[in-house]
Amino acid sequence: MSEVTYLEAIRDGLREELERDERVFMLGEDIGGYGGAFKVTDGFQARFGAERIIETPIAETAIIGAAAGAAHMGFRPVCEMQFIDFLSCGYSILTNYVATARYRADLKTPIVIRGPSGGYVRGGPFHSQNPEASYVHTPGLKVVAPATARDAKGLIKAAIRDDDPVLYFEHKYLYRRIKEHLPAGEEILTPIGKARTAREGKHLTIITYSATVWKSLEAADILDREGVSVEVIDLRTLLPLDADAIVASVRKTSRALVVHEDTRTGGLAGEIAALINERCFEWLDAPVRRVCAHDVPLPYAPTLEDFVLPQTDDIVKAARWMAAY
Amino acid sequence: MRSGEPTDPVTATPNAAAIPAGLRREQLHELYYWMRLTRSLEEKLVNLYRQTKVIGGLFRSLGQEADAVGSAFALDRSKGDILSPLIRNLGSMLVQGATPIEVLRQYMAKAQSPTRGRELNIHFNDLERGFLGQISHLGDMVPVMAGVCLSFRMRKQDRVGMVYIGDGAMSTGAFHEGINFAAVQKLPLVIICENNGYAYSTPMSRQTAVQFLVEKAAGYGVAGEQADGNDVLAVYETTKRAVDRARAGGGVTLVELITYRRKGHAEHDNQSYVPKEEIEAWEARDPIDRYTRRLLESGWATAADVDALDARVTDEIDRAVAICEHEPLPEPLTALDGVLADPPTAELEWYRRLP
Repeated sequence: MSEVTYLEAIRDGLREELERDERVFMLGEDIGGYGGAFKVTDGFQARFGAERIIETPIAETAIIGAAAGAAHMGFRPVCEMQFIDFLSCGYSILTNYVATARYRADLKTPIVIRGPSGGYVRGGPFHSQNPEASYVHTPGLKVVAPATARDAKGLIKAAIRDDDPVLYFEHKYLYRRIKEHLPAGEEILTPIGKARTAREGKHLTIITYSATVWKSLEAADILDREGVSVEVIDLRTLLPLDADAIVASVRKTSRALVVHEDTRTGGLAGEIAALINERCFEWLDAPVRRVCAHDVPLPYAPTLEDFVLPQTDDIVKAARWMAAY
Repeated sequence: MRSGEPTDPVTATPNAAAIPAGLRREQLHELYYWMRLTRSLEEKLVNLYRQTKVIGGLFRSLGQEADAVGSAFALDRSKGDILSPLIRNLGSMLVQGATPIEVLRQYMAKAQSPTRGRELNIHFNDLERGFLGQISHLGDMVPVMAGVCLSFRMRKQDRVGMVYIGDGAMSTGAFHEGINFAAVQKLPLVIICENNGYAYSTPMSRQTAVQFLVEKAAGYGVAGEQADGNDVLAVYETTKRAVDRARAGGGVTLVELITYRRKGHAEHDNQSYVPKEEIEAWEARDPIDRYTRRLLESGWATAADVDALDARVTDEIDRAVAICEHEPLPEPLTALDGVLADPPTAELEWYRRLP
């Protein structure tokens, strides 16, 4: 048994797939000898060669476009965005070319685009973003966001094996804070499209993903001591949503709180609230509420960032309000 | 069509001029055939457009047939070369094996079109035959074709990629990122820059401050070539040099072909922004007329040869139209298929299930 961090789990998953399948290769900025800004690909170029671990210019459109072209020809490229904030630099080619390729032209485009998302790390406006909503709104993509080391490994491997383009949003706050025993030699594959029940409960369901899974679990511990039993659903996949898992849990608890680190307006929580309204209306004992970031760009100063982002205490207060409704 | 039995031009026509660019007599006829097919197919499409049988816009390549055909002809289909066209490269698609009936079905949005009615005009592809359809976002195909070329190199294949770009598309960021990446990686990519004077209504002088687009090659550290885009043999010869360079490991070439768009951006556009004399001046340089004269004057073809090729083109187009003109449009429910590999079908909206 070996204990690996969330970051090491991503690295191990990538390495295993590079070893298993020669069609897998990587494209990204500084991912070669330097091993990437967060060292996810540390040692990869020495191991797999510069032909498979390709350092690129600062050019996200070129990275994504070239990955698509190689994927059409039978390869399975993995693109690293140095920070997921820079995925927006390749937004056009991703949403217009890649996402439509199978539908409009029956072109196979099995690419993975991965990179560090998220705040709580004093990264400021351009190194802290959670841009998933734009991509969840794009037919033709899949979007995953692991919260645990096991799922970090299982989802990167599943994403590489998936025949559709997959965006893999890792969370930099979790990189070295989360550790887990992952037996060496165990083939870990997390199914895309399936949520996980991170904690079972009776009175209230919290639906969340990525770093706020951990804040929700902390909140659930506090609430448990107050006699409120909270169920936590870790979505893991954001597109396609595991609607059945959400519906089953909400029909059981009759209360739903949606928590995410992304800003509120146009965020995924609104979509989930609408889904619950459509499929659980008769079961609800309280309005569906959201705990999300305030609708501002993410500021740098710790006092400001902590204020803007949802914290454990916010989730506790919101859940108390809902339990008492 | 492209590879025929070698014929000695001297025995074929005793007084013929020497054939340039290493071509054979029947290849010269093929070049004529592809250009004539392009023009006649587009003329047929205009006819169908006026009958409202073409559902969307119609994009002409009138006057640009030589640049499309001559450049694509420089690729080697037997080696698996792949090109990605622009909207005025119907000729390039045909040379690579796209068929008139596919193009007709695309324009008429037929269920049996290559994209099952999902995409328009020449936006379709077949990587086996060697063409990858463009999308409307200009410049995107440059990085995508760089990726196709990357796959050639990773598999140690001696295949070449070609991508078309225009005076307008060269202004995009995607073009810059794509050519720069391909240049750094020294990929076997030929970038054909069609300088046809206008991007929709915008003249080149408002698109770029350079006099010739080929000047940009130096900024990327790649080879640059320029040719008269209305001279199909010059286009072929110049492009062939670039293709050979790419195949030999010499990397990217930017080839500028000087030509002219004699019609509006699409059939609805009356070109009010273009001086009439300018169009007339370029009519006098029509690539098919020029080439026909040269074929006859050089003794590379007889009038009967040309007539026979014209008749073949007319017959092929008429037969294709007869087959597909009355075919049905796609069934509405097929719209939900194939967004993803898994799940294979998108969800039907609830209101469509209501009684």
